[in-house]
Amino acid sequence: MDISIAIEDVLFREEVRDFIQEHYPSYLHDKIAKSEELTKEDFLVWHRILHKKGWIAPSWPKEYGGPGWTSVQRFIFNEELSAAGAITTMPFSLTMLAPVLMQYGNEKQREYFLPRILSGEDWWCQGYSEPGAGSDLASLRMPAVRDGDDYVVNGSKTWTTFAQFADWIFCLVRTNSDGKKQMGISFLLIDMKTPGITVRPIRTLDGGYDINEVHFENVRVPIENLVGEENFGWTYAKALLSHERGGIADVARSEVAIKALRKIATTELSDGGPLIENTIFSKKIAELEIDLLALKYLELRAVFNEKSDDLGPNVSILKLKGSEVQQRIGELRLEAVGYYGFPFKYGPQTSNTAIFPVGPSYTQFAGPSYFNLRKTTIYGGSSEIQRGIVAKSVLGL
Amino acid sequence: MDFSFSEEQELYRATVSRFIQNQYGLEARQKIVNSDLGMSRENWQQFADLGLLAIPFAEEYGGLEGSAVDTMVVMEEFGRGLVIEPYFETVIFSGGILSIGGSNEQKQQYIPRIISGECIFATAFAESQSRYNLADIKTTAKVRNGGFILNGKKSVVWAGPWADYLIVTARTSGSQFDEKGVSLFLVDKNSEGISLKNYPTIDGGRASEISFENVELSDESLLGHIDDGFDLLEAAVDRARAAICAEAVGAMKALHETTLDYVKLREQFGVPIGNFQVIQHRMVDMLIAYEEAVSITYMATLHLDHPVEERQKSVSAAKAKIGQSARYIGQEAVQIHGGMGMTDELNVGHYFKRLTMIDVSLGNQDYHVRRFADLTQ
Ligand SMILES: Cc1cc2nc3c(=O)[nH]c(=O)nc-3n(C[C@H](O)[C@H](O)[C@H](O)COP(=O)(O)OP(=O)(O)OC[C@H]3O[C@@H](n4cnc5c(N)ncnc54)[C@H](O)[C@@H]3O)c2cc1C
Repeated sequence: MDISIAIEDVLFREEVRDFIQEHYPSYLHDKIAKSEELTKEDFLVWHRILHKKGWIAPSWPKEYGGPGWTSVQRFIFNEELSAAGAITTMPFSLTMLAPVLMQYGNEKQREYFLPRILSGEDWWCQGYSEPGAGSDLASLRMPAVRDGDDYVVNGSKTWTTFAQFADWIFCLVRTNSDGKKQMGISFLLIDMKTPGITVRPIRTLDGGYDINEVHFENVRVPIENLVGEENFGWTYAKALLSHERGGIADVARSEVAIKALRKIATTELSDGGPLIENTIFSKKIAELEIDLLALKYLELRAVFNEKSDDLGPNVSILKLKGSEVQQRIGELRLEAVGYYGFPFKYGPQTSNTAIFPVGPSYTQFAGPSYFNLRKTTIYGGSSEIQRGIVAKSVLGL
Repeated sequence: MDFSFSEEQELYRATVSRFIQNQYGLEARQKIVNSDLGMSRENWQQFADLGLLAIPFAEEYGGLEGSAVDTMVVMEEFGRGLVIEPYFETVIFSGGILSIGGSNEQKQQYIPRIISGECIFATAFAESQSRYNLADIKTTAKVRNGGFILNGKKSVVWAGPWADYLIVTARTSGSQFDEKGVSLFLVDKNSEGISLKNYPTIDGGRASEISFENVELSDESLLGHIDDGFDLLEAAVDRARAAICAEAVGAMKALHETTLDYVKLREQFGVPIGNFQVIQHRMVDMLIAYEEAVSITYMATLHLDHPVEERQKSVSAAKAKIGQSARYIGQEAVQIHGGMGMTDELNVGHYFKRLTMIDVSLGNQDYHVRRFADLTQ
């Protein structure tokens, strides 16, 4: 064992850091600091910069336009993006859909869609969950019925993140209802401009708007938009789900968030002294930092031991602990701001509403982000489902 | 010992519960929350007509001489209904200060107008640096001929936008953290020199940042004795804490019931999710947290008139425990609802937000565990 870092990795880190420092749009830092709502263009600005550099798709093989990095380099790259507080790149197309297209799509699909994903020309959303099918995804029902050269799709998808921005949606649809529920699912690419699609926004409890219901009424999808074989979509989706769970521990982002939390606790007062000197509170921050340190080395062990791209059950463990740490940071941030957790920037706009921020500027997202972070143990496979996976696949229970 | 409720208390419960069932569904509530005013004057008048605003006050001012258990019952039901209207701020908190510390004339002047629904009160005690320390006060009231001059700023004053009158804590002597030298004033919100910044709060209410600039107060505006307002403040705050615990209990009950219904209804993998043992155990742990919360809230409410230290200890025990169970039940209810729990469209998220802010209000878990420990030594 040896925790020193290879010189080429050190140099690589410096290169990435310099690039971000030089090219990351500073207006985005301001926007994020003020917790302003981010637009599609905000995401795309940074996407295009990374694309131009050839770094937008770290996990893609070189032949499709990836940089050809090692897993350690990819890890470093993500760490640096997080440490810089950079806006996230869209996972749905880059890390979820693309691997499926590469492995199961046909030549025509790969040639058409992959470059458009790279350039940011197409924005993709993920249409898996349905009102009746969440954890039990395989029970999904939305039918796609063959009619000539089209499938006709009817039904609804829900919780669809950023459907409001999307040009395309990749869906799991039901093409056969006989036999095992995992059989009879197909993987379909649907143009969001097709007549019959409506998007209904869902406000979340923190006042934000990321998720939607997407309704399909007699939506005609050309059969050439089927990926792989009809009725085999579940196999492809499962491969993709394990990609989704990767990178979710988000250690570097949590490190940045804890640093910011410490700063808040140094500014905020308690009985005249900085809150950070309050023994109860400082103990809680320390405990959290220790948890994060353990998680960091858990992740490092997984990344550096990686034989293939598949992190296996470690993915579930990283997601479980990563989301819990994120939520704990949110809890302590809300505790740190005391009564200034009350003012609600995204509340009703009325004739005599004050201009935000009401308290110090760091206080205004303490409340909303605490509430929003509850999603991290629900999406991408809930904590209960993740524990089930570990119980089965690691412990053989 | 007897933990049963009187006929009268059952009547209060039934009255409020009927009001909520008939008029305060989530949709109606959210309409009020999103309205320009942010509360309903009609509901407030209805509370007056039902006698709810009169419960804790003395008969000679038109009150019903109700006990803390009476208002506890009302607060529980308001918690179940996520009621926005400022019963807590006006009747319990400010009303409590008036009842305990007001002079006969002050009571005569203001209590009947609270009871009739004419006046809304808010208590302005927190400052941006004070956190939960009630004596950490920079706002000053300087004595001048026949009165005082008030200067300073108060933070996050609940119901501030709706209030006609404010009860303000200010320093008449001593230095920033001294209990001695704290005085309480009853201030007309329209007085010259007062300015407000109003805003919505994350739990559906409204609050204000209030600044006082050379506000002239008469001698009659002093509540209780000069420099000796702290004990009065603390006594009223402890009563307010017990009441807000009761509100939390009501909200937790509703949230547990809603979640229990959901796990019986929601099916995944071909069975109701309530069939999974993981979910069953969580529902049981939530129930236990709720039962503990009820018990400790009753305990605190029944100790409000005991000797000061007992009162303080009981209230801190309850508020600490409530903070913990409110967080636990709120988070679990959201988790068990999955994606549905994250939406603004179900009541689950709204209960969770109110419960979270109750933990923050009038001292969070850390504050009350510390206070309990200090009092126990
Ligand atoms: C913010 C957000 C964004 C999302 N974005 C997308 C998206 O872009 N595209 C998309 O397709 N989906 C998306 N989702 C959906 C997400 O994947 C689902 O919410 C998730 O799979 C859970 O499903 P559900 O909400 O139906 O909850 P349910 O499956 O109904 O679960 C309810 C509760 O029961 C528990 N439970 C279920 N089964 C079991 C079991 N066997 N044992 C023990 N406990 C169990 C769950 O853990 C949960 O606590 C998003 C969700 C959220 C909250």
